[in-house]
Amino acid sequence: MDRVDSRQKVTGAAKYSAEYELPNMAHGILVGSTIAKGSIKSIDTKRAENAPGVLAVLHYQNSPKVPGYAQEAHPTEPKPAGKPLQVFIDNQIHFNDQPIAIVVADTLERAVYAARLVKVQYNVDEHATDFDKNVPKAFLPTAAKRNPKHGLNDYTRGKEDAYKNEALKIESEYVIPTEFHNPMELQSIIAHWEAADKLTVYDKTQAVIGTQNAFAKDWKIPVENVKVIATFVGGAFGNGLHTWPHETAAIIAAKKVNRPVKLMLTREQMFTMVGYRPHAWQKVGMSATKDGKITAITHEAIGQTSTYEEFTESTLQQTRMMYTSPNVTTRYRILPLDVSTPIWMRGPGEATGAFALESAMDEMAYVLGIDPLEFRLINHTDKDPEKNLPWSTKYLKEAMQMGAEQIGWSKRQLKPGQVKNGEWLVGYGMGVGTFGANRGRAKVKATLHKDGTLVMQSATTDIGPGTGTAMVQIAAQNLGLPPEKIVFELGSSLYPPSPSQGGSATVATVGSAVHAVCQTLKQRIAGMVAGNADTSFKGATVENLTFKDGYVSVTASPSARLSFADVLKQQNLPELEVTEESSPDASLRSKYSMYSFSVHFAEVQVHPLTGQVRVTNMVACADAGTIINAKTAGNQMIGGAVGGLGMALTEGGVIDHRFGRYVTKDFAEYHVPVHADAPNISAAFVNKPDLINNPNGTKGIGEIAIIGVAPAIANAIFNATGKRIRELPITPDKLMMV
Amino acid sequence: MIPFQYVKPSKPKAAIDTVAKDQTAMFIAGGTNLVDLMKRGVMTPEKLVDINKLPLRKIERENGNVRIGALALNGAVAEDKLVMEKHPLLSQALNAGASAQLRNMATVGGNIMQRVRCPYFYDTAMPCNKREPGTGCGALQGFNRMHAIFGHSEKCIAVNPSDMNVALVALDAVVLVSGPKGDRKIPFAEFHRLPGDTPQIHTNLQQGELIMAVEIPENPYTKHVHYLKVRDRTSYAFALVSVAAALDMDGSTIKSARLAMGGVAHKPWRLNEAEQFLAGKTANEATFRQAAEIAMRGAKAFEHNKFKLQMGPNTIVQALKNAAGAV
Ligand SMILES: Cc1cc2nc3c(=O)[nH]c(=O)nc-3n(C[C@H](O)[C@H](O)[C@H](O)COP(=O)(O)OP(=O)(O)OC[C@H]3O[C@@H](n4cnc5c(N)ncnc54)[C@H](O)[C@@H]3O)c2cc1C
Ligand code: SF4
Repeated sequence: MDRVDSRQKVTGAAKYSAEYELPNMAHGILVGSTIAKGSIKSIDTKRAENAPGVLAVLHYQNSPKVPGYAQEAHPTEPKPAGKPLQVFIDNQIHFNDQPIAIVVADTLERAVYAARLVKVQYNVDEHATDFDKNVPKAFLPTAAKRNPKHGLNDYTRGKEDAYKNEALKIESEYVIPTEFHNPMELQSIIAHWEAADKLTVYDKTQAVIGTQNAFAKDWKIPVENVKVIATFVGGAFGNGLHTWPHETAAIIAAKKVNRPVKLMLTREQMFTMVGYRPHAWQKVGMSATKDGKITAITHEAIGQTSTYEEFTESTLQQTRMMYTSPNVTTRYRILPLDVSTPIWMRGPGEATGAFALESAMDEMAYVLGIDPLEFRLINHTDKDPEKNLPWSTKYLKEAMQMGAEQIGWSKRQLKPGQVKNGEWLVGYGMGVGTFGANRGRAKVKATLHKDGTLVMQSATTDIGPGTGTAMVQIAAQNLGLPPEKIVFELGSSLYPPSPSQGGSATVATVGSAVHAVCQTLKQRIAGMVAGNADTSFKGATVENLTFKDGYVSVTASPSARLSFADVLKQQNLPELEVTEESSPDASLRSKYSMYSFSVHFAEVQVHPLTGQVRVTNMVACADAGTIINAKTAGNQMIGGAVGGLGMALTEGGVIDHRFGRYVTKDFAEYHVPVHADAPNISAAFVNKPDLINNPNGTKGIGEIAIIGVAPAIANAIFNATGKRIRELPITPDKLMMV
Repeated sequence: MIPFQYVKPSKPKAAIDTVAKDQTAMFIAGGTNLVDLMKRGVMTPEKLVDINKLPLRKIERENGNVRIGALALNGAVAEDKLVMEKHPLLSQALNAGASAQLRNMATVGGNIMQRVRCPYFYDTAMPCNKREPGTGCGALQGFNRMHAIFGHSEKCIAVNPSDMNVALVALDAVVLVSGPKGDRKIPFAEFHRLPGDTPQIHTNLQQGELIMAVEIPENPYTKHVHYLKVRDRTSYAFALVSVAAALDMDGSTIKSARLAMGGVAHKPWRLNEAEQFLAGKTANEATFRQAAEIAMRGAKAFEHNKFKLQMGPNTIVQALKNAAGAV
C-alpha cells in the first residue's frame, strides 16, 4: 500500500513546523559563542537593538527567567546524569557555538542582520576537545556507579579477558568520528503564548508528550496548557528526541515580545546545537579454536560526552548476546569534553559497536581462514547467552541465507585482492546488526463514524517511517475495514499519549494500541448486532462473526450481514468512540529475550591507484517480525543502508582543537552520501511474526537498517584490497595501494 | 541579511562603470558562490551589479577559436555540441563540478572567479588572511586536508576549487576582459595568482573589470582526453586532487600533451615540464609514471594533506592512461 500522506508530501500540502504562519509572528536568530570554554565578559547589543525591526535581544543578563529551570527538568528518558544546558541563565560557556543570545525582529532578514551586530567579549579558559589527548579522563557513567545492576557496568561472562591467553586471536582498535543526524528539515519551532499561562508550539520533535511535559515543567504551568503540534517531521534520526536550548530560547523570546516567535536553526547550527553521534574509540580482542568456535571476546568502548551531561548508549550490548562465546568481557566508559551533548542517532550505540564487533568477526575469520558467513553460522546462538533466556523469535540464519544468495556471496574469494573488474578490485563483505525489539505503552482513541469511516488519534509522530500508513493498515486488517476509510491522526498533544518515536518501537507500541482499540470496537459491534432483528445474529460474539470490507456478518450464515454504518444507524448512534491503552506484558517479557536482527551485504570496487571506492551492490535482510507494509519497511532498510554507507565512507566531523570549533559544518565539508554513491540496494525480510512481542507480530526496523552496514562495507573493502581500515570514514586517501 | 543595493544594467559599460567607481560594489552572475559568501558574512558588498541582462551568453566559433560568453551556464557549456566536439576535456571538467542544479545556475565568468573553499575563510570566527589580512592563516597549522601542495605561502595555503579552470588552463584559454581602461586579453595561466603576501587578492582582475568571454584556441585534443577527479564522494564534492589530461597521439606515440592539476594550488596548476617530457614518448604506464614524478617536483604538503603527494602522481598516471585509452 502507498503511504497515506505521500500525495501531501509530494505536492507540498504537508505542513512542517516552520511553515506555519501566525498573525503578527516575529523571527528569532540565535547568536552562538565563538569560544569553547570560559565565560562572557561583556555583551554589547546596542547596535543590534537599534537595527531596523529589532524587537528584542535577549541573553543571560536580561532574559525573562524560566521558572522551572531550577528543577533541572530533563526531557530525555532515561534522564542522563548531569544538568541539561539551560539557555541565557549565566555567562558560562560550555562549548563552541553555544547559544548565548537570541535576536528577535519583525522579519527573518532583519533578525539575521542584527544578530551579526551583537559583539561579545570572553574570559577564555583552556578547553579540551581532543578525544585522543583526553582519553585518561574517561570514566564509568554515574548511572552504572549508582546501580551495580545497570547495563552500563563492566560485564564478564566466564573468565575476564580470556582471549589474551589463547593462541588464535586478534586484537584491534576501531574509531568512529562524530557524525551528525542532518535530517533534511532543519530544527525549528514556532512558540506562541496564547495567554500568559497557555503555550502552543509548532515544533520539530519526535516526542510530542515529552516536549509537552518538559515545557509545562519549565514554565510551571499545567500540562494541558501546553499544546505541541508536530504533524509532519522532515526526518530526525534521533535529534528530535530531546528538547533543546533553541526551543526554550524561542519560548522565552515569545514571552518577552508577546508575539509568536519562529526560530529555525541554520544548517551550521545543526552541527552544534542538536546533538550528534559521539566520537568513539573501541578495542576488541577475540580468540577462537581452529575450527571456528569463538572462545572469548573482550570489547571496550569509550564514547564522547559533554562536560555538563553524561550521554551514554548501549554500544556493547550486542557483543554480550550475539555469539555463543563462553567468555565475554565488556567495559564502557564516557569521556567528557568541552562540546555539546550527543543524542541518540539512528542505531544509537549499536551502530558504533557493530562497526567494531563485526569488523573483528571478519578479522578473526581471516585469521582462521574460514568464510566470514560460515564463521558467524558456527557461532550462532539459539538462546540469549547473556540473559540465558530463549529468544522470542530469531530468524537471523534465514536472513543470512537470503542475503548471501542475493549478493552472490559465492563469487567471493576468501583471499583478498583476487577479483577484478578492469582495473578495479572487487570485494564482498557482510555485517550483522541487532537492536532490542522494544515496546512501550500507548493509547489510541478510535471513532467509528456513522458513514462507516474510522478516525484514530494518538500523540505519536511520523518522522518518516510511515507511521500513519502502518497504523491504517493494522486497523484495516484487524477491523475488516478498507484502508481508504481509515484515518490515523498523529503529531498533536491533544491526542491520547504515545511515547516519543525512537528505539524502533513505534509500530510495536502504537500498533498494539491500534490492535486493542480494534478488538474493543469489534466487541462493541458484536454486542450491538447480537440484539439485531435478524435472528441469525443471536448470540453473536467476535469469535463467530466475520469483519470484512466494512461489514460484519455471521460466519456460519454469511447472508446475515450489516455494514458498520448500518450497525450504528440501527443503534441510533452518531458515532462509536473507544479509547484503549496497550502496554507490554512484563511477566511474559521477562521470560524471553527480544531482538530484531539484520544482516547487510556489500559489494564494492576499489581503484588501486586513486583509492576511489564505489559500492556496486548492497543487500539488506532483516528478521523484523511481521512486515506491515513492504514498501515503507523496504524504505527503512534502504535509507539505513545509505546512512551506513555515509558512516563507512563519507561522514565525519572534524574539530580544530586550537579553537575547539568544528571546521566541517556545512554540506560542502560534511559529506552525506549523494545518489551517485548509492548503488542498487535490495531489502528483503524473513517476515515471520513475533507474537510474543506484540499481537501484530512486529519487531522494529529503523535501527537495524543501519546497524552492521558500515562494517559490511569496511569488510568488503578489505576483501577487495587486503587493507583493513579501522578508522571511519574510509576516504580515498586511506586506500591508495601504489 | 546585510542591506545592499541592487542594480541590473543592460549594457556592459554601465555595469563596468558602476563597479569601477565603487570599491564596495560587485558583479553577480549565477550567485551560487557570492550569495553563500554573503550569507556567511564573508563578503559584504554594498552594491550588487547583476549582469544577467548583458548579452554574454553565446558560445560561438571565431577564426577557429571557440568563444564562450561569460554568462554561458556551466551546464549549457558542458552539453554544447561545439564544445563537446572541439574541447571535450572542458565538457568533462564541467560535468565533474558541483551538481546539475548548480551547473544550471553557475556561469563561466562566476566559475573562473569562484573563491576558495577553505573552512577558515568561510567562518568569520576563525583567523584567515584572505578574508581578514593579518589575522593569520587558520589552515596552516589547522585542518588542511583539502589544501595546497604547490605555490603556497606562509600567508595562505588554500586551493582554487574550480574544475573548469583546470581544463581551461590546460587548453591555453584566454580570458577576454573589459574594464574602465578598455579591453584586454589575459592568458588563463596568468589570470589567477599565487597567494604570496597578499592572499586577499584573489586574481589579477582589477576592480571594475568584467569578464566578457573565454576563448579557446583550436587544438588537436579532441580524442585522447580525460578529466579525472578524485573526491570524498562520487559527486557533489570538491576535488582532493584532479587532473586534466589531453594527448595528441600518433599510434602509440604521444605527439604532444597537455596536463594540469586541480586541488593542489591557489591557481589551476599547469604541468609544463611533464608535458614536454611526454612529447615524443610511447604511451605506457612507465612513461606516465615518470611524467608524474616530474610533475610532483617541488611539492610540499602539510599535516593533513600528505596523501596528495601520493594521490597527485597516481591520479596523473590514471588520467593519462584513461586519456590514452580513450577514443
Ligand atoms: C555546494 C556547491 C558545490 C560546488 N561544487 C563545485 C565543484 O565540485 N567544482 C567546481 O568547479 N565548482 C563547484 N562549485 C562552485 C560553482 O562552480 C561556482 O559557485 C559557480 O561556478 C559560480 O558561478 P556564478 O555564476 O554562480 O558566480 P557568482 O556567485 O554570481 O559570482 C562569483 C564571483 O564571480 C564574480 N563574477 C561573476 N561573473 C563575473 C564576470 N563576468 N566578470 C567578473 N566577475 C564576475 C562575482 O563578482 C563573484 O565574486 C560548487 C558550488 C556550490 C555552492
Ligand atoms: S589557507 Fe588561505 S583561505 Fe584558508 S585560512 Fe589560510 S589564508 Fe585563509
